[in-house]
Amino acid sequence: MQRIGVFVCWCGSNIAGTVDVHKVAEALKSEPGVVIATQYQYMCSEAGQTLIKDAIRDHKLTGIVVCSCSPRMHEATFRKTAAAAGLNPYMVEIANIREQCSWIHKDMEVGTEKAIILGRAAIAKVHLNAPLVAGESPVVKRALVIGGGIAGIQTALDIADAGFPVDIVETKPTIGGKMAQIDKTFPTLDCAACILTPKMVDAAQHDKINIYAYSEVAEVKGFVGNFSVKIKQKARMVDPVKCTGCGLCVEKCPMKKVPNEFNLGMDKRSAIYIPFAQAVPKVATIDPTACLKMKTGKCGLCATVCEAGAIDYTQQDSFIEEKYGAIVVATGYNPINLDQFDEFAYNQSPDVVTSLEFERLTNAAGPTAGTLLRPSDGKHPHTLVFVQCVGSRCDGAEKGKSYCSKICCMYTAKHAMLCREKYPDTEVYVFYIDVRTPGKNFDEFYRRAVEEYGVKYIKGMVGKVAPQADGSLLVQASDLIEGEQLKIKADMVVLAAAIEPDQSARPLATMLTASMDTNDFFTEAHPKLRPVESPTAGVFLSGCCQGPKDIPETVSQASGAAAKVIGLLVKDSLTCNPCVAHSDELMCNGCSACEKVCPYGAITYQDKEFRMPDRTTAIRRVASVNPAVCQGCGACTVACPSGAMDLNGFSNSQIMAEVDAICK
Amino acid sequence: MTFSYYPGCTLKAKGKDLETYAVKSAEVLGVTMEELEDWQCCGAVYPMAKNEIATKLSSVRALVAARDKGQDLLTLCSACHHVIKRVNNDMANDQNVQLKANNYMALDVPYTGETTVIHYLEMLRDRVGFDNLKKAVVNPLKDMKIAAYYGCLLLRPSKAMSFDDPENPTIMEDFIKAIGATPVVYPYRNECCGGYVAMENNEYATQKCNTICTSATEMGADAIITACPLCMYNLDANTTENNLPVYYFTQLLARALGVEEDAQ
Repeated sequence: MQRIGVFVCWCGSNIAGTVDVHKVAEALKSEPGVVIATQYQYMCSEAGQTLIKDAIRDHKLTGIVVCSCSPRMHEATFRKTAAAAGLNPYMVEIANIREQCSWIHKDMEVGTEKAIILGRAAIAKVHLNAPLVAGESPVVKRALVIGGGIAGIQTALDIADAGFPVDIVETKPTIGGKMAQIDKTFPTLDCAACILTPKMVDAAQHDKINIYAYSEVAEVKGFVGNFSVKIKQKARMVDPVKCTGCGLCVEKCPMKKVPNEFNLGMDKRSAIYIPFAQAVPKVATIDPTACLKMKTGKCGLCATVCEAGAIDYTQQDSFIEEKYGAIVVATGYNPINLDQFDEFAYNQSPDVVTSLEFERLTNAAGPTAGTLLRPSDGKHPHTLVFVQCVGSRCDGAEKGKSYCSKICCMYTAKHAMLCREKYPDTEVYVFYIDVRTPGKNFDEFYRRAVEEYGVKYIKGMVGKVAPQADGSLLVQASDLIEGEQLKIKADMVVLAAAIEPDQSARPLATMLTASMDTNDFFTEAHPKLRPVESPTAGVFLSGCCQGPKDIPETVSQASGAAAKVIGLLVKDSLTCNPCVAHSDELMCNGCSACEKVCPYGAITYQDKEFRMPDRTTAIRRVASVNPAVCQGCGACTVACPSGAMDLNGFSNSQIMAEVDAICK
Repeated sequence: MTFSYYPGCTLKAKGKDLETYAVKSAEVLGVTMEELEDWQCCGAVYPMAKNEIATKLSSVRALVAARDKGQDLLTLCSACHHVIKRVNNDMANDQNVQLKANNYMALDVPYTGETTVIHYLEMLRDRVGFDNLKKAVVNPLKDMKIAAYYGCLLLRPSKAMSFDDPENPTIMEDFIKAIGATPVVYPYRNECCGGYVAMENNEYATQKCNTICTSATEMGADAIITACPLCMYNLDANTTENNLPVYYFTQLLARALGVEEDAQ
């Protein structure tokens, strides 16, 4: 028989407000095996913990039950307390009488009764607890960063500067991400390329950083400290080692009519291309869907002109396998598709552009060399209308996103201001629902646009953009403050499209077993206190993959994620969770049901010799669990038809004992 | 290809042309339009009140009749199509309407929205196919620049009608191409013509129709087509600026198929 101590926490009034803690302690005192049951205001405080430690020593307790908050909150705390008093930490059980009891009940009587039942269940479980000893697993001192935008670059640089090797996997031919496409950055209006490209070069030249550009993560196995990742290097048809990035092939390529994705299709590139002048790595890539040689077998001009002999039309996708201790997700965002918002005539007029397209139209390296010209006729626009919240804050609508995309108010203020500054003859309107500009020097920036640059901010939404016969765009909108309908004849309309996570995020989350919200943003381990970690151990979040963010915020989070990775990689080994599955080989019939459901690949099969009742021996196929890989999720124990699989600390008998205690 | 066909009252009176050309053209295209027996008014306006059942019953009768014949229900008038299609959605998805309508009608087999409601234009696009239509054209309208006027009833609410993109539709432009003419895209093709407001505020309808016709004219159109008798009325009678000839789309279809005169 165990000697059990029960400790009921008030949590101030959090629990004691709805649960009669005295009554709970009194009721649980008479449970079998309970030698002491007491209550205290804050069990997690130092005094509370001392109370527990003293009780363990004085009453020679072999198990304890703490009736308090969720085990996610303080299980680790009380396990440490028990260990300090010489009790095996896995002899501690938590009865959650806060989140699952006091917080959801209003009636004291109901709450108290439920708290007693929950306590009783935990006591029944402790009776069957066995001391467990945690093993250790080594940490591979190498990090993987998925995504080479500013988030990924910053994270990689910080980790590498701390002395750990980092690999960046980027799906595009170059790192740089969205920031490379942006012209100026708010609120200081410094040039994005001027502050980004040095970082790209730093990353490329860092002896601890290795960049896999034009590559994708194909498979992830393993667990924190010991991930095994398969990376697919897509065939560039160009040897990146030999290629000098001279650009001769790009110049000579006869196929020059491919929409240039770096300029969002507003100009053309050749079939062999380098996305932009400062690309890292500065290596040419052949687009197999456009290349004449790849499509028809005729041409081969690039191979002829390449002095380095880097062109290789036979190149195939290749795979690399590497081990990592930590993985950082930095997959970024994209503006949403605007097909469902054609009241703004995005698909009907080339002069209706998205804000990202507008960036390219004002960028010195863009399709118009930085001069703002209308895409339709190349003329200088005089009246511009900016529409905010296109697809953002569409709560309850069948299209768009329910959330605020966060960056649009600021970049629209930036675009409007720069327009007025560069071209004082322009008239600039901004239609908004709310102007949201919290952030250091952000609101001042927006006010400057209004007060110093004379941008006309109008509260209200645009209902229709009608392309006219003379090439202008008639913008119909409502001014909610004046209470009138407006018709503005504009030359260009710029839409602040909502942003959404990159499409690669969802399959990646599945590979990483990292959770996502309904909008496909990665979820944090805790929205306030652990914002850069995913709930999956060893997986960290950086940048817009976790939620909409501007550059300063992205860089802060990127460094935050890096700090967490460094904190993990400096450890030589990690304490394993001893609550892992194990198989009773005598009961196992080798059906593979457990192997199929195991998300971690922890279960393998072995042929073992068994002695049969008639003194013969037989070879049987049985499951065995690798305790270093098992994460203790328990899926196998449920799947096992013969009951051979069991989970340490959460055995079938323990769970049934809890159920029995609740139903008593 | 045989359909149950629901004409609606306007097509037997003011809007005869819409029907006669449609029937004649359908014959050429190998489509049989079997007019429902004893059809009643569609209800004219889809009732917005959630508990209004009575005005939906006549639509339900048409839907049931088509189901009992095992045919899809072909419509032609925009207003009838709108009402019947939305009532059909209610019968499929709104348990309250479904229960009350069935209780009232006491059918042998209760009706739960099984019938497919298809507009003549959708029939051309999805069943005949614009490519096949193009092949059947004997008199391509090469010189015509036609502005399609959709109005509101076919397009909205977009989810319920699932007819085409409500902001940037293409079905009528594709139809115009199929009969050999040149479509003219203009921004007011999906705006309201003034509808029934014309009854009490004629000026409003005039203002709406003038915007539509002016925009179509400026974009280079020399004719407008519509599928709706009410739009036809407003565009024809209430436009004071830039009047363009307005045709039912079926008339130009018949012209392209060489049966315009037979129909008269």
